[in-house]
Amino acid sequence: MEIKKTSLYQLHQNSNAKFVEFAGYEMPIQYDRGIIEEHKFTRKYSGVFDVSHMGQLFIYGDENLTKDLEKIFPVDLKNLELNSSKYSFLMNNEAGIYDDLIITKIEGGFIIILNAACKDNDHKILSKLLSNKYDMSLDESRSLIAIQGPKSVQILNNTIKGVKNLNFMTGNWFLYKEKKIFITRSGYTGEDGFEISIENHLVEDFTKELLEKGAKLIGLGARDTLRLEAGLCLYGHELDINKTPIEANLKWAISKQRIENSYFIASDVIKNQIKEGVKKTRVGIKPEGRIIAREKTKIFNENDLLIGEVTSGTFGPSVNGPIAMGYVEQEFSKKDTKVFLEVRGKKHPANICGLPFYKKSYVKGVS
Amino acid sequence: MSEVKYSKEHEWIKVEGDIGTIGITQHATEMLGDIVFVELPDVGSSVEKDGNAGVVESTKAASDVYTPISGEVMENNQAIVDDPGKINSDPENEAWFFKLKIKDKAEMDSLMNKEEYEKFSKESGS
Repeated sequence: MEIKKTSLYQLHQNSNAKFVEFAGYEMPIQYDRGIIEEHKFTRKYSGVFDVSHMGQLFIYGDENLTKDLEKIFPVDLKNLELNSSKYSFLMNNEAGIYDDLIITKIEGGFIIILNAACKDNDHKILSKLLSNKYDMSLDESRSLIAIQGPKSVQILNNTIKGVKNLNFMTGNWFLYKEKKIFITRSGYTGEDGFEISIENHLVEDFTKELLEKGAKLIGLGARDTLRLEAGLCLYGHELDINKTPIEANLKWAISKQRIENSYFIASDVIKNQIKEGVKKTRVGIKPEGRIIAREKTKIFNENDLLIGEVTSGTFGPSVNGPIAMGYVEQEFSKKDTKVFLEVRGKKHPANICGLPFYKKSYVKGVS
Repeated sequence: MSEVKYSKEHEWIKVEGDIGTIGITQHATEMLGDIVFVELPDVGSSVEKDGNAGVVESTKAASDVYTPISGEVMENNQAIVDDPGKINSDPENEAWFFKLKIKDKAEMDSLMNKEEYEKFSKESGS
């Protein structure tokens, strides 16, 4: 299969990006300054990420659409306000996760942002579940960029007046060069920021405007260290078809009211797991030394029994030390539990810790 | 007079008398990206030519470090263990990895000089 390129490919190339294949796309992993500098710049100032490889699924329909989507997703879509977003999952009947996603209610329907590696399969599954009753398409004519970090609001508001009035996890349509762009106040770095859905032919000009105002391009490498410091899951690592939202410690994303009152895919499994507990659960892990425990590193307890596995591990530039997430057996998941990570044949001490590693600064109430 | 040679695994070795100082090249650090962790061979241990002699990890991945020649490790550079970022800023000087007592100087013959290495690293690409 031919490797795909986003509409910002030329800009990445001109900015000396190092490319890597990710989910069938040639994506920038870093630019000249390297992952650590890019990471720190995002936390301190403002970084622009090309996330156009992600799926933008637009679904339009009448009030039955909301009802039908509620049979699929464990969120309260009926009471979701217009232009508000929720984090959710597409699950199989055993509550295994096909994908994690953001669903936003728009005029006449919903936008669902999907992971690049999952989007085609998600689209297929949703088409089947909704029996092709609705106008639904993965919109390849639009790009998606994120601007993240404390100065992002100022920079973006300079180009698009009014975005500063958006609250976290809400969005709206705005105009850029007389074309409609959809902006949400959201992101995946643990910083205040926005995601912008914009037509492919405009994205380069738009991005350049942000760069001229002081934002800098940031690659997928820093995106990964940023999201890991923020304790956020990455599909294919913390989440997959063999893990449930309850095991992933994402119960907060499941509507309480929906669990109690209504059916959705795997609602029985979810209900039962909440009641009975789960065997394994996602935790944060902080190595005591400098050792980095990568994905698949085995986790042992103090009696040398295998109790779990690391799902993501790296060096956290803002934490200034190694950090990891993984799954351990429930009884070893308490904060400050001492564990051992087997790296290159040696066991290194570490502690289970709370998430995030780095404290968020989302904007909740704009006056 | 000291002599500097290079391996295909992108290590350099500077020889003074029967002591060799070993590190990784500028080219290697550019391929690796930001280095955030390093593991060095213990002082007193013996290392074999082309054998494992430590690990460097960038934000992205872990890579093995090999020794270009055999010998006994006399000293390792604790400064880069404490601050692995030094490897990116000064890889071919301050951020040396370890010093060894060279077992067999003839092993040096298989290594490249600066010119040969530059050509090799250019051809082997990124």
